Order: sequence, then C-alpha cells, then structure tokens
Amino acid sequence: MALTFEKPKGLTDVPTHYCPGCTHGIIHRLIAEVVDELGVLDKTVGVAPVGCSVLAYDYFSCDMYEAAHGRAPAVATGIKRAKPDATVFTYQGDGDLAAIGTAEIVHAATRGEKITTVFVNNAIYGMTGGQMAPTSLPGQVTETSPYGRNTGLAGYPIRVSEMISTLDGASYVERVSVDSVKNVMRAKKAIKKAFEYQIAGKGFSMVEVLSTCPTNWGLSPTEALTWLRDNMMPYYPLGVKKDIGEED
Amino acid sequence: MGDKVLMKGTEAIGEAAIRADCQCFFGYPITPQTEVAAYMAKKMPELGRVFVQAESEVAAINMVYGAAGTGVRCMTSSSSPGISLKAEGISYIAGAELPCLIVNIVRGGPGLGSIQPAQSDYFQATKGGGHGDYNMPVFAPSSIQEMVDLIQEAFDVADAYRTPCMLMGDGMLGQMMEPVEFHETARRELPKKDWAADGLRGRAHHNVINSLYLNPEELEQHNLHLQEKYQQIKKNEARYEIYNCEGEVDIILAAYGTTSRVCKNVIKMAAEEGIRVGLVRPITLWPFPNEAFEKTVEHTKYGYLAVEMSAGQMIEDVRLVVNGRKPVGFHGRMGGMVPNPEDILAKVRELALEGVK
Ligand SMILES: Cc1ncc(C[n+]2csc(CCOP(=O)(O)OP(=O)(O)O)c2C)c(N)n1
Ligand code: SF4
Repeated sequence: MALTFEKPKGLTDVPTHYCPGCTHGIIHRLIAEVVDELGVLDKTVGVAPVGCSVLAYDYFSCDMYEAAHGRAPAVATGIKRAKPDATVFTYQGDGDLAAIGTAEIVHAATRGEKITTVFVNNAIYGMTGGQMAPTSLPGQVTETSPYGRNTGLAGYPIRVSEMISTLDGASYVERVSVDSVKNVMRAKKAIKKAFEYQIAGKGFSMVEVLSTCPTNWGLSPTEALTWLRDNMMPYYPLGVKKDIGEED
Repeated sequence: MGDKVLMKGTEAIGEAAIRADCQCFFGYPITPQTEVAAYMAKKMPELGRVFVQAESEVAAINMVYGAAGTGVRCMTSSSSPGISLKAEGISYIAGAELPCLIVNIVRGGPGLGSIQPAQSDYFQATKGGGHGDYNMPVFAPSSIQEMVDLIQEAFDVADAYRTPCMLMGDGMLGQMMEPVEFHETARRELPKKDWAADGLRGRAHHNVINSLYLNPEELEQHNLHLQEKYQQIKKNEARYEIYNCEGEVDIILAAYGTTSRVCKNVIKMAAEEGIRVGLVRPITLWPFPNEAFEKTVEHTKYGYLAVEMSAGQMIEDVRLVVNGRKPVGFHGRMGGMVPNPEDILAKVRELALEGVK
C-alpha cells in the first residue's frame, strides 16, 4: 500500500506530551513540514520556550535550544549572529512572549533580527495550570482572574501582532488560527512565508497562531475550537498585519 | 606581538578578548565598564565579528547563551547591578555547560550604590549568585597586564571545562591606565565542541542545549556530574601569588585585586618599622587557593589580616582554610572607598601588639 501521509523529517519519533485536543501538536507539525519543504532542516536551529512546549526540543529533529522563560528571542539573536547562515526560529507561548519576554521580542523585532517567531496564543498560561495571560480576554475566568479578567484592575489584552507590526525591523507579521482545516492550511502558508522572509534576509518575521487549551479552559476539544472562534477571533482578527513584500 | 602599549583597563579587556579569538560580544552600558562595549563596538565589525548592544543585561547574557551554544567564543561585560540581572542567564549557562566569559567591573552596592570601585560582589561571584548548585571560575587580576593575560586563560578554562568563567575587576582597575604587552601565551589543548547546536550540517543526531531535567534522578546525576567537574577545577585551576612570606613573618595580609596593590605598599611601610608583613593574593577567587594558606600558615606569627573593599566576604574563605590554626583579622572599606595604607598599617600594628601580649 502506498504511504500517503508521513511524519515530516523535521519531527522526531517521540510522542508528544500535549493534552488531547491541544493544538500545539498541529503547530509543531506545520513548522516541521515547512522546514522540510524549504530544504533547510540541516541548518535549522530552534529555540523552545518555557511553557507547555518546553519539551519541543525533543520533538523537532533539528538542533534545538531550551531558553529561559521569555528569553528565546535573545537566545535566537545570539545563535543567528554567531551563525548567520543558520535558519533560526523561536516557538513561544503568550506568557513567555507577551509577559516575561516582552522586552526580548520587541527588541529582537525592532533590530530586524533575521529570525522567525511562531507565537502560540492560547489566552492562558497552560503549563502552570491556567493562570491569566497578557492575552486573556476581558471577563475571561482563569485561576488568577477567578471573577473574570477585570480590565480596570488587570488591564487589557495585548494584541501582539498589531504591536510588533508597528516596528520597522519586522518584515512580515500575520495572525492565523488552527481551528479548522482551511485555517490550518493558511497557517502553514504563513509560517512558510515567514521562514522564506528570514532566509531571504528580510528581517524579523512572526506568525501568531490562535491555539486552544481545552484543559485549562475547562472545555472539550471541540468546544474549545468553538470558544476560540467565538471569543478569540473577534478580539484577535486574523490576517496579515505587516508585509514588506519585495522591499528590502 | 610583544608590543608594549599604554591602555585603559576596560579597553585592554576588549583588546585581550579579541586576541583570544572572541567572536561575539553582547553588552549593555553601565559605569564603570561601558568602554568595554564601546571598544568592541568599534573593533569587532572591523574584524567581521559580532557586536550587539542588547536591550538589557538579561538579554545580553541570553545572547551569550545562544552564541556560546553554537560553539563560538563569546562574552559579555557589565558591572554589579548588571551582573545581578545576568544571574538568571549565568545559572542557565552553568546548567547547560556552555563556555563563555563574563566580565564584572565591580562598583559599590547594594542597589544602585555608587560607581566607585568595590569588591562587594565576592559572595555573588563565588557562591553562586544565580539559583542552583553551581560554581564558576572567577579570575581577579591586580594589574592591567594580568587582566590581559587572564582573559586568554579564562576563555581556555571555559572551553576546557565547558563552564562560564568570570573576570572580576573593580572600578579602579577598569578606569586606570597602565602599560600592557600582548603576547601569545602557551595554549592548552582544548576539547572539540561536538556538543554545539549550530544546525545538523550532516550530523546524524540533533544537539540540544538545555538545562531542564524533569526527572529528579536525572537531574541529580547531572548535578553530580557538575560537582565532579568543579572538583577537577578546584584541583587544577586555583591560582595565587605568595609575596614576601619567606621565613617567619609577623602578619600575612590576604587581599586580591586593587586592594592587594595597596597591601604591597603597606608591606614596604611596615618593613621600615621593623614589622615583617607578607601577602597572600588569590588570583582565582573560585576555586579559592587554599594551598596558598596551607603553605604560609606555619610562617605567620600573628596570623592573617584580610583586607577587602567589602564588609568582609573573602575573609570567610580565609577562615575556612586557616580553620582556627591562626587568628584572622579584618580591615575593610565599603561604598566605593579604597582602604588606605596608613589604616591598614595601623591595623597591622595593632594585631602585632595583640599578638605579643
Ligand atoms: C522565571 C520563570 N518564571 C516563571 C516560570 C513558571 N512558568 C512556567 S510556564 C509559565 C507560563 C507559560 O505560559 P505560556 O507561555 O502562555 O505557554 P503555554 O503553557 O500556555 O503553552 C510560567 C509562568 C518559569 N519557569 N520561569
Ligand atoms: S495545558 Fe493547555 S496548552 Fe498545555 S498541553 Fe494541555 S491543552 Fe495544551
């Protein structure tokens, strides 16, 4: 029988630890497929964050780093500057990128660091058990916003892609979602473009992926997808936020 | 090479690092070491090497983590408050066993403190500073020439043991000018960096730079491995100078860096009064050169006097090795004050008299 669906070379044969219905696994696969298709597996270096994807270094078959919480863009900067011909990506959650690591991502982007960031926004801290994230929605109930996120006390969610797209060093910023087959395909296209921009030396590229956390949202995997569509998508509109296209 | 030039401490650091093949410098301005960054900003691009001014010390040390993980020689430089911020990264670098150089030109603290020279980061440098059971070799030069020589050595020790190394000076050493000579030192044979993660480039297995061990047994094994390495470093890499301790002396001063230079003046002044004073100068603060005290403990009539620009931090290590066999006194200044020779001499006299009584 002909094999029609294979594990990308960019992934190892290790089963992931993600909860059932969690979309981290899909996003990993998209990155691995893109790395395969672009033929850069041999010189790709990934940086895993602190968060549920902390073990991503076990799942990708390229050289990998585990960075301190939030520091992946600084680590990636060091890698890329030391080895400019490497293809370097960071994989980061919203707590990692938009709370403790805000300075690192903003400055890596503003320096136009030739790296690619895949930013997984699930509006909550997954790994530590469901606390409020910088991206938690107004009114969203979490472990540390038990009465719902009160914007008067806790402030408003950060729209990271919109913020990063204002920086001159960013070449390509798009927000995508992995809630449906159609959106998964779009997400892959965006990730591929982000890597292509890096390889072409165009500057910092980032894809924000709206992702689910059924476990900490307290929803079934399918309910979680619906919650993402009904609540996250209106607040975090999908689409290209910045694309310098053919410019240098 | 072999050319003698007059150089400021901070610039000599940059030049020595360049000559030691440092490929990447990541820094953030803070007095009194900012000229290291300025020197590197000018020179590194001329050589096709990397200079990045990071957005913070936190970012700078993490850039070092990234670059060091690819196997290139790299460094960062800062002063006390900045080193506190780097503590996170240093702990990760020690955990992931990456070689690199961290320069600390110490200023007075705690907090924002002052921009004057101090030695009050001794505990931070030698007893951890970041979290977890780790140590790193700390080199404490007392002249710009020695600083230059120790930079090459620190990079080599870093590579030999896969460990971060610190070069710790003080604001005085950073800011003064002295003649220095850059010479090729005998290089040790260094292990291959086959652990580096810079892209597979044909390698069959992916390399991972990491300090996470979720399984406690594995983490304990990793810690035991680190401790074994630290024992090797203790055995092989302790450095010191023993000065004027031949025969029997009245008192031996224990001091490092700038303070040890002041102490050498005290030794001359004391000799004029007929008091015989020696000096033990740790060149590595970690590993602490216990041997230098073992070698001298029988020679000193009234014991040791630790002289520091701190409230008394190194004195704990001196007392540990002397272990009650001789008295260990202390004279220190804080807040960016350099101990003056007259005060040290007064203390020497006092101890000598107390000893006679
Ligand atoms: C310095 C530091 N602070 C806090 C933590 C604890 N911590 C681990 S994961 C995490 C939140 C991760 O959330 P996010 O980045 O949104 O990723 P997710 O788990 O949702 O995928 C925190 C706070 C840590 N490891 N290090
Ligand atoms: S806790 Fe949430 S983000 Fe983490 S693996 Fe489970 S579902 Fe995914």
